Amino acid sequence: MLRANNLLVRRGQRTVLANIDIALRPGEVLGVLGPNGAGKSTLLAALCGELPANEGTVSLDERKLADWPGQERARRLAVLPQSSSLNFAFSVNEVVGMGRLPHASGRVRDAEIVAEALRAADALHLAGRSYLALSGGERQRVHLARVLAQLWPGAEGQTLLLDEPTSMLDPLHQHTILQAVRDFAGRGAAVLVILHDLNLAARYCDHLLLLQDGLPHAYGTPANVLTADALAAVYGLQVLIQQHPERGHPLIIAR
Amino acid sequence: MTAIFRPRPTLIFLGLLLILVFWLSLALGPVSLPLSDTLLAGLRLLGLPLDVGDTQQAELILGQIRLPRSLLGISVGSVLALSGVAMQGLFRNPLADPGLVGVSGGAALGAAIAIVGGSLLGGLPPAVEPYLLSVCAFAGGLIVTAVVYRFGRKNGQTDVATMLLAGVAMTAMAGAGVGLFTYLADDATLRTLTFWNLGSLNGASYPRLWPLLIVAVGVALWLPRRAAALNAMLLGESEARHLGFNIERIKLELVFCTALGVGAAVAAAGLIGFIGLVVPHLMRLLVGPDHRVLLPASLLAGASLLLLADLAARLLLAPAELPIGIVTALIGAPFFLYLLVRGRS
Repeated sequence: MLRANNLLVRRGQRTVLANIDIALRPGEVLGVLGPNGAGKSTLLAALCGELPANEGTVSLDERKLADWPGQERARRLAVLPQSSSLNFAFSVNEVVGMGRLPHASGRVRDAEIVAEALRAADALHLAGRSYLALSGGERQRVHLARVLAQLWPGAEGQTLLLDEPTSMLDPLHQHTILQAVRDFAGRGAAVLVILHDLNLAARYCDHLLLLQDGLPHAYGTPANVLTADALAAVYGLQVLIQQHPERGHPLIIAR
Repeated sequence: MTAIFRPRPTLIFLGLLLILVFWLSLALGPVSLPLSDTLLAGLRLLGLPLDVGDTQQAELILGQIRLPRSLLGISVGSVLALSGVAMQGLFRNPLADPGLVGVSGGAALGAAIAIVGGSLLGGLPPAVEPYLLSVCAFAGGLIVTAVVYRFGRKNGQTDVATMLLAGVAMTAMAGAGVGLFTYLADDATLRTLTFWNLGSLNGASYPRLWPLLIVAVGVALWLPRRAAALNAMLLGESEARHLGFNIERIKLELVFCTALGVGAAVAAAGLIGFIGLVVPHLMRLLVGPDHRVLLPASLLAGASLLLLADLAARLLLAPAELPIGIVTALIGAPFFLYLLVRGRS
């Protein structure tokens, strides 16, 4: 289990993240929301060790994150960055296959996993294509497949961190991708996902963390976090909150 | 577009090509030996007790001149190409050149100091001179690369963009140093310096070959062990870290291999441009960017291309000899321009 205790991060003199206490529980999807510059990506960077915390600790299975050997950590923790700068003509299969580099599961099993992860990200039909020939949204799905493959099939003790995995996707794929992430968590993995779309967050996340200026403004179930007052305070956005007629989760409508 | 050709047949083809070019490189020259004599003399040199009449002259030319020269060509070509792959992976840019980290500039400065400094001191003993030149070139390359690497370090991490800019600056400074020594040089020294700056396999000998051969074998054995890490590096440094690789260590190893390899190559054969840039690029077009195939393919193609360039250098104006750097630049520069234009469209 990935756990952060009293995390505080400074950039120069400025405190960009503080008072963060979270534990990513097995089988749960935690959504992180907040305006631009609220510290969402900083939180993700601190949670995966990319950015050292100035105060507080991040631990993976009760062991400090920095103390894990790289390969063992990579088998338990996968991270999808906001954007990728891959500029070489790998095939889609090869890109997703890189997710298997921390493992020694053998070529046959790796090929199966690559195909399953691609299918989960609805990108199996791209398998033989060159990565450079893909559109932005297709690339994003391929990278999601890569981090899924890194932890496939997903089990208790594994953690997946996703930074805006739906930012370039069409409406249908926003849903299929987040459903795939849900299914992945359903097999026992813990997931943290940064999102901008409040309705997607309400539908697919078990808990939400709403950040404002690097501080947690609210933490809890979607119904508790997504209130008109909280969204007005954090985003300055006036909204109506209704209930989804079929699913019951909050539905946010801008006024 | 990924790989045009399947990896294994391509590697086999490149291997056969290298054997063929190696054979030609042994047979052709101011005194052309029949291909069959070359083969027989070669087998006799290997110790096979063949009784095939008089191959003594062939054996002499082969053993003392062409064999060390060809092996030197293979070592220089392969080590430059491998370093090119390492640098293009490190900088995640297919147009990176091994000289980017300052190793070529530093080696040139080291050589200039040895050549001009030696003559200003009234000439060095002939027995010491070639070795001193190699040692100075090698040391110059290593020192400048170390300084460039040091500039890139910050908070325990290596910033490759800073390193790239530091490499440009240090290369310019080394160039100024070379310019200064060129200015100080007398006519005879100037000629040595110029020839050295253009590169040549001329005067290859076993004592010059061994150090480079050892380095080349070391680099050729070490870099393929980092093929998976290099693949992951192309995704991005943080992605590679999340895949479990110790990126800071990998970067140090890549810079070290390049400094060692290019330093030794320049020390043995002078400055030979474009092999390190063009060969990895060409191989990436043929076999795709996967370093598990790209590294051996570049090794084989780099060796072949350098031997071919050397053949052209010694045959085009025979019995005179063209500096090989001119040949590789004449082949490499237009090809580079072609890649630029092609990449834009």
